[in-house]
Amino acid sequence: MAHPQTTKTILTAADISRTIDRIAHQILEKTEGARDAVLLGIPTRGFPLARRLAGRIATFEDVPIPVGVLDVTLYRDDLRMRAARAIGKTQIPPAGIDGRLVILVDDVLFSGRTVRAALDALGDLGRPRAVQLAVLVDRGHRELPIRADYVGKNIPTSLVESVRVRLSETDGADEVQLYPGTDTSAAPATGAAERRVVA
Amino acid sequence: MIAHLLSAADLDAATATRVLDTAGEMAGVADREVKKLPTLRGRTVVNLFYEDSTRTRTSFEVAAKRLSADVINFSARGSSVSKGESLKDTALTLQAMGADAVVIRHMASGAPHRLARWIDGSVINAGDGTHEHPTQALLDAYTMRSRLGRLAGLHVVIVGDVLHSRVARSNVHLLHTLGAKVTLVAPPTLLPVGVGSWPAAVSYDLDSALSDADVVMMLRVQRERLAGGSAAARDTFFPSDREYSRRYGLDDARLRRMPAHAIVMHPGPMNRGVEITAEVADSPRSTIVEQVGNGVSVRMAVLYLMLGGL
Repeated sequence: MAHPQTTKTILTAADISRTIDRIAHQILEKTEGARDAVLLGIPTRGFPLARRLAGRIATFEDVPIPVGVLDVTLYRDDLRMRAARAIGKTQIPPAGIDGRLVILVDDVLFSGRTVRAALDALGDLGRPRAVQLAVLVDRGHRELPIRADYVGKNIPTSLVESVRVRLSETDGADEVQLYPGTDTSAAPATGAAERRVVA
Repeated sequence: MIAHLLSAADLDAATATRVLDTAGEMAGVADREVKKLPTLRGRTVVNLFYEDSTRTRTSFEVAAKRLSADVINFSARGSSVSKGESLKDTALTLQAMGADAVVIRHMASGAPHRLARWIDGSVINAGDGTHEHPTQALLDAYTMRSRLGRLAGLHVVIVGDVLHSRVARSNVHLLHTLGAKVTLVAPPTLLPVGVGSWPAAVSYDLDSALSDADVVMMLRVQRERLAGGSAAARDTFFPSDREYSRRYGLDDARLRRMPAHAIVMHPGPMNRGVEITAEVADSPRSTIVEQVGNGVSVRMAVLYLMLGGL
């Protein structure tokens, strides 16, 4: 297992672009044309990834795929471990998810707890025909019996390393990096002002 | 993030904006198939109401239940309070039962502040005497922002019984924090001593304040607070309902003089025909029913931000 002393680039912008193209092809292949698919991105970076995937699928086969965003903050199992987090946006495409194939999209698959929360959230929004999972990076260390249907890249990591995904929509550039230290940047920022006690 | 919500004046602009933004996301839950989130599962919210209230108590109850908290309604009538139990003893009882948050409405101004010192859980002021009602101010601000798109720079005219109104007091503080300009309009007898020190302009003339208003908020004539509520006592504040509504009531003619985009608000319950006519209350420019729905979203946001974290 790699133990980089410094930050290492795992995927460049060109790699990310090729990876997204491949996942788009795999979705079309595995779902036989993705006719009833809905892509739901998990904030923050799952949403731009879902939009890019839908864009590529539309280019390859001219299938318009509805894209939405599914915030799972209120379904997390670790809410009480920190100060109240900011809630992200949830926007389900107007056609809904009932009877459709929902493909959840996220940047990094790690413990699986975010996906577990997303599955619970989906259950409250409707009843999809099936649910699949697409991730740009699978870094291992699952804590729940969850696996991805589409994986951009498997990156073996140790628990004292972190994966940082940067996308031009949210971070100004496309890049996936592996760096030493446990991750704090992936968590939604809670500023000092937000922790302030009002009495 | 927030330990207690006792006064709208305690909220800084960033915190208040965060509550409003969170409420915006909570609003989506009302349109869903399953109107419930698991977020506050296992937490207990006590509604401790020493004064009659349908709307606020129900609103907090719905908000807490949508977040899966357990709700205990404790009203003064028919409880140990009617047997003479003190607020402190009631508080310690609730504490022993494991309340994570207590929503309190009390006829004495300052009661929630006392309560916050006696119990470990969060205290939410749902109206104390003639002092404050911060969640009402938050839901009013939320309603203004969703109708008009912003709060900074808005001119909000608050009309009526400012003297007894905790809604007015909380609104003045919060709107000032969020950058709106407030004008209070009332007969001199219904303005509190020291109103000159509030961050708001004061006028006795409704008509002159209407022409550049973005929001006109009508306050309820609080018959029960006007010195016992007898007609004779009320006369010491204004001569008659008729004269009051002539000078300070919002009717169709006054609504037409307001700018076309301006909205009409009322915290409810209304005295139709006194501070507001039925046509105005039912007009599309009135947000009165919307305010009730927004109240649930805002209270969900407050409960989440208080109980949803550490």
